[in-house]
Amino acid sequence: MSEHITEIVIFTLLFLVVSGMGFVAARWRRPTDLASLNEWGLGGRNFGSWITWFLIGGDLYTAYTFVAVPALLFGAGAAGFFAVPYTVITYPIVFLIMIRLWSVSHVHSLVTPADFVRLRFGSPTLALLVAITGIVATMPYIALQLVGIEAVLQTMGVAGSGFLSDLPLIIAFVILAAYTYQSGLRAPALIAFVKDILIYLVILVAIIYIPARLGGWSAIFGDAAAKFQATPAPGDGVLLNQNNQLQYVTLALGSALALFLYPHSVTGVLASRNRDVIKRNMSALPAYSLLLALIALLGFMAISAGIKPIGTNVNTVVPQLFDQMFPDWFAGVAFAAVGIGALVPAAIMSIAAANLFTRNIYREYINKNATDAQEAGVSKVTSLVVKVGAVLFILLIDPQFSIDLQLIGGVIILQTLPSVAIGLFTRWFHRGGLIAGWIAGMGSGMLMLYNIANPAINHAHFGGSAFALEKLGLDTKMTIYAGFLALIVNLVVAVLGTVVARAMKAPDGPDGTQPDQYSADEGDPRIKDLDLSGST
Amino acid sequence: MSTRSRSDRSPWNWLLVLPIALPLMTFLFNADEPRLFGFPLFYWLQLAFIVVGVGCTALVYRMTK
Repeated sequence: MSEHITEIVIFTLLFLVVSGMGFVAARWRRPTDLASLNEWGLGGRNFGSWITWFLIGGDLYTAYTFVAVPALLFGAGAAGFFAVPYTVITYPIVFLIMIRLWSVSHVHSLVTPADFVRLRFGSPTLALLVAITGIVATMPYIALQLVGIEAVLQTMGVAGSGFLSDLPLIIAFVILAAYTYQSGLRAPALIAFVKDILIYLVILVAIIYIPARLGGWSAIFGDAAAKFQATPAPGDGVLLNQNNQLQYVTLALGSALALFLYPHSVTGVLASRNRDVIKRNMSALPAYSLLLALIALLGFMAISAGIKPIGTNVNTVVPQLFDQMFPDWFAGVAFAAVGIGALVPAAIMSIAAANLFTRNIYREYINKNATDAQEAGVSKVTSLVVKVGAVLFILLIDPQFSIDLQLIGGVIILQTLPSVAIGLFTRWFHRGGLIAGWIAGMGSGMLMLYNIANPAINHAHFGGSAFALEKLGLDTKMTIYAGFLALIVNLVVAVLGTVVARAMKAPDGPDGTQPDQYSADEGDPRIKDLDLSGST
Repeated sequence: MSTRSRSDRSPWNWLLVLPIALPLMTFLFNADEPRLFGFPLFYWLQLAFIVVGVGCTALVYRMTK
């Protein structure tokens, strides 16, 4: 531990500065009253282009991404690079979708994607399914942020085994929970600035300094190629092979479609001031993709530098690379960047999950006449519960289990696409068809994931997301992203279900939206405002 | 005060197909040569697609503002 003392001091200092900012954030852009979900959960729905850029960037590119994507390249090579095409194609897709969600949410004061589904399809059941899917998909994501911090702590030698060694992790999360409780979405929005400046600084230095020490990019790619050739595994290499190209493409596309279905991305988008802010951000956010691509290549640098993971935790390769390559003080800065990088998304995710619970379970089933202040109160407490759950998850259960769950999370959140994303464009689907599609997509997705083995991590089930097509009786060695196939099943069943429901004249729910509300902008009247003006 | 009638429809939106389709065509980039600054084609071309993505979305944003 002693040789890491400089790193630990710098890490702790930066961590404390950021925590201070988290508490002060309650007074930043101070509203008259924080006691509503509009203020606590969406920062007043008033963030401009810069804040939104940092907030959504901090939200989507998490500590886990920074640690796990290079670890993927370290282990499997080119297949791990899918994160780059994924974050390229997501923005043009989302460009046209999210502005519609923003508009209709603005008009009706909606807070969550399930709120929208409730209003659009008039089905509390469908909304409940969407809300539960969102919460279940988000929980392991929060836990994974802890995996990011843990990898850093392990490298600094402050996390070994036994209960006391988990103390730093617990302290970090208690501080996070406290300032999220107090400041709501304003806390991660303010901290995101520091996080991004640190990350950009670290990565810029890393991609110039480390390759220079390792003999240039040619040498790095050469070492990586040599490593993959020496291993018996058939799927790895610095290029894709015949059998994993379909997987690469469907995983990139499926992840891109899933990204903005996650409740925390929706929270980030709904917090922006107007449509222009979102559109501008969709063209500016790919700057992070560039960063992500360079971070991914840290995995190859780690191969070239001869890094060995600590124990079986392959997520430690990047922290180890920093530890070995950088002077102690700068390694401390780099570790702080990863640690703080975990706090921003963890805060936003817990807020988003709490909002889902409050709006779509508490308000729908427990207290139908909840006031704004009651909603905010319930959300604040739920955000605490969610974080305690995440910590327990990591401490009591094998972290590998969170990684498996995160994998499942991506597959299941994709199953809300027909209701949420397609629902923004057409009301053609019948609520019964959508529910049937959701069940079919969930079922087939789970079944496929259950049947994916991964001998490398000693898993007979839930060993990855690449489903072998030969299991469907096809004569091929090709694999496909299980979530993508499940989505196709979901869509087919939803279409058939809708046709059947219409033929049987099954009652459909009312649509609470008007076509022009999908293009409303800042300054247009909200339904709430209309109600108020009508009553006075 | 009534909602101004506004529409998201624009022929410019079709430009967004380009950054969605390009990264999905693996035959374009799944090769080692030609290299750029020591990067195999697979890596530098996918990095270049980020620039294509920024360019297209920025252009569509400008033209549909």
